[in-house]
Amino acid sequence: MEVYTYITNNWDLIIEATLQHIQLSFSAVLLACLLGIPLGFLLINNKALSNIVLNIANVIQTIPSLAMFALVMPFMGIGTKPAIFALFLYALLPIIKNTYIGINGVDPAIKKAAVGMGMSRNQIMFQIEVPLSISVIMGGVRIATVTCIGVTTIATLIAAGGLGDFIYRGLSTFDIPMILTGAIFSALLALAMDFLLGLLETKLTSKGL
Amino acid sequence: MIELRNITKSYNGKTNVIENMNLTINDGELVVLVGESGCGKTTTMTMLNKLIEPSSGEILMNGKNIDTMNKLELRRNIGYVIQNVGLFPHKTIEENVSTVLNLKKKPPEEIEKRVKYLMDMIGLPYDEYAKRYPKELSGGQKQRIGVARALANNPDMILMDEPFSALDPITREQLQDELIKLHEELGKTIVFVTHDIDEAIKLGDKIAVMQHGKVSQFDTPEEILKNPQSDFVASFVGKDRLWKTPEMLTAEDVMIRDVVTVSPKRSVAQAINIMKKHDKTVLVVVKKEDHQSSKVIGIVGANRFSGVADHNIKIEDIMKSDIWRIPKDTHLNEVIQHRNKYNILNSPVVDDNGDLIGVITNTSIVNVLYEIMPGKEDY
Repeated sequence: MEVYTYITNNWDLIIEATLQHIQLSFSAVLLACLLGIPLGFLLINNKALSNIVLNIANVIQTIPSLAMFALVMPFMGIGTKPAIFALFLYALLPIIKNTYIGINGVDPAIKKAAVGMGMSRNQIMFQIEVPLSISVIMGGVRIATVTCIGVTTIATLIAAGGLGDFIYRGLSTFDIPMILTGAIFSALLALAMDFLLGLLETKLTSKGL
Repeated sequence: MIELRNITKSYNGKTNVIENMNLTINDGELVVLVGESGCGKTTTMTMLNKLIEPSSGEILMNGKNIDTMNKLELRRNIGYVIQNVGLFPHKTIEENVSTVLNLKKKPPEEIEKRVKYLMDMIGLPYDEYAKRYPKELSGGQKQRIGVARALANNPDMILMDEPFSALDPITREQLQDELIKLHEELGKTIVFVTHDIDEAIKLGDKIAVMQHGKVSQFDTPEEILKNPQSDFVASFVGKDRLWKTPEMLTAEDVMIRDVVTVSPKRSVAQAINIMKKHDKTVLVVVKKEDHQSSKVIGIVGANRFSGVADHNIKIEDIMKSDIWRIPKDTHLNEVIQHRNKYNILNSPVVDDNGDLIGVITNTSIVNVLYEIMPGKEDY
């Protein structure tokens, strides 16, 4: 009940924080897609490079999120930019990895048929490989998005804003409704985004698959 | 016409997968490359559409070296059907069939017309199947679409890499029959790879039996069955194979060459003497025109002599002259049918000039069948 009252009284603040949250995590995921998906494609034909890149991404993934923000801060200061950069690093691995796995998993017989029918390298990529692995690639994007929405709650520590503001301010003043508001909205946001991306995935995936 | 000249392929510079291979495929022929796995048959075939490049040697298509051609264009002008069908699962049947036409950027109306025509031809009507996806089709239907897709751009040549091997026997047989029909109707050059000698014999105008990257024998199915050029070919083809395909035996294969003849001017007494001497009951009556030529004019059996008291009667007076002269290429099936229908026991076999070369009797047929049946005396 108290939570409800808190929410209705602070609706404007919540909306603002949510939008900020979305902005942070989306920017990070978008950047990770722009780099990660092409990188995933690039790695297909280079076994050695793919090992190096995937290992580096794995190492990044193991850095605790709080430590990650702490590590970025000395170089980039505080605010939105370092937060997005840290989140971007987190989003990278699932996107690279899923792209790589997805493309690698395309049935060789289908690729052989495509080559034998006279498709160019680009035609094979856009007409065969991408549509066939889109659900795996999208899976990576979904994981990255959900992870980022979660980690963004810590971004408040380097003054990047977002729903984490409620949680941390609530924790320091022991304001339970405030804590719950931050927690509930970030959780709902993660669920909603996952659902929406799920819809997009279904839409992008051919009915034949 | 496609010519492979001195083709060698090795992957590490040491072992040759294909060794100094020469093969000429004429337009409109259905050539089957057959052999055990690892013999280089698929490698050979995929060199034709440059999926694999030879280490040395050259491949000519209508006299033009394929190295001088654009790789993508070359492939778009060669139909390609692979073992696991390789239909694009994310595309509809219509999109699959029209793949190459789209790559060639043909106008949409033309594409639709062509796809309709092809789908109707292979027995999967456009209206019913065009918008479906491959997963909704059975294995046989998928491979039919695979064939239609290969035919889309109306290529002069089609490569087929074990296209039917993953299908159940009944479907396989159906598709083989359809392929034979299609080949007769469209007259495309088809290069077909299989490890199944039965399939090769059934489909091939010519068969190249391959072993260790070489062509052991390149010939018509009949020749490969009857005259295998090496022990390998003989064992690969199988000794009892001919028996399985009696339609390939011709009159020439089953006739007895050692024929006893008699001139029409001889008397009955003389004929009886000849019969006694050669232990025969039937003589072929021939008229010798010169040394090479002897025209059959009738046959005479011992039963004809009974009641002939007048020893001046000549053979030509009593011989049976309305007889069937079997052309030497007549198939055994036809010979047997004819014999049964008219209750004929002895039939002369003649060559293309009409000259006598042998005779078919019940004994000769039984002998041949006995010969090609696998060692029954062992049991």
